Amino acid sequence: MATEAHSEGGLAFHPLDQFKIHPLFGEGPIQWYTPTNVTLWMALAVICIIALFVIGTRGRAVIPTRVQSVAELAYGFIYRMVEDVTGHDGVKYFPYIFTVFLFILFSNFLGLIPGSFTPTSHIAVTAILGFGVFIAVTVLGFVLNGAHFLGLFWMKDAPLVLRPIIAVIELISYFVRPVSHSIRLAGNIMAGHAVMKVFAAFAPMILISTIGVVVTPVSVLAITAIYGLEVLVAFIQAYVFTILTCVYLKDALHPGH
Amino acid sequence: MELVAAAALGKFIGAGLAAIGSGAAAIGVGAVAGNFLAGALRNPSAAGSQTATLFIGLAFAEALGIFSFLVALLLMFAV
Repeated sequence: MATEAHSEGGLAFHPLDQFKIHPLFGEGPIQWYTPTNVTLWMALAVICIIALFVIGTRGRAVIPTRVQSVAELAYGFIYRMVEDVTGHDGVKYFPYIFTVFLFILFSNFLGLIPGSFTPTSHIAVTAILGFGVFIAVTVLGFVLNGAHFLGLFWMKDAPLVLRPIIAVIELISYFVRPVSHSIRLAGNIMAGHAVMKVFAAFAPMILISTIGVVVTPVSVLAITAIYGLEVLVAFIQAYVFTILTCVYLKDALHPGH
Repeated sequence: MELVAAAALGKFIGAGLAAIGSGAAAIGVGAVAGNFLAGALRNPSAAGSQTATLFIGLAFAEALGIFSFLVALLLMFAV
């Protein structure tokens, strides 16, 4: 019982410290050119993608090797998704969508390595991806459809009295899109990693308190289970980001529907 | 001085209240997935083509929960 009084001091943990950005070499202020842990893990994600898709498929074998079949699987999966959601006109924009998908997927998966850093847990990173999609889609919509693109906000099917109100709501929801698009990804990844860190902080309780006999095994099991969930989330969030990109692209290509 | 203490206390109360939004989002996500399963079991042949819609629905329901999580984080660390 007496040991429980001390346990408060031992449980000082900071689940959000893992998201700190620090320069790779030395200390000091971070400029735009400073190599940090974010740039390191982003570069590693890009290197892994290049390794898988350039070096892995170099053989161009008719019967693919294991690495080549993984690359072909990913390519076919996203290609079919783009074709299903946006139709045949959307296939032109497949390279951009596939690049975004791969970058998010590899950042998420590399971030699951213990001790690593997840670039996609930062809203600054995902906001660039989200606003990039938003601006690209908006410009594309106006270039391809001209003023007809505004038909996205002016519902022809609705009663005339309701149309201005619906237009305002649609306009707001259109401009919230990049915000929710980017925060969804960053929030999911950040929340998952923070939860794992919280349980990780409970794990060494067996060292400081008698109640740890119960708490430690439970939290170790919980970390294992949550890690499995996070592997799933890492893929699903990349998938969701990509499919929403496709949906927004479809709005730009066919604003009437 | 009391005002500062009240503000520090209110920060945590607000963050706790914002966490209710996560629970509400959990209800929303559960409703989406449950209704999808109910529909998929009635017509399994049509279920495969609708998984994309399922994930879009899940993403929209979940985003609002993430917003409340963000509000909680902002109250805890930014305000």
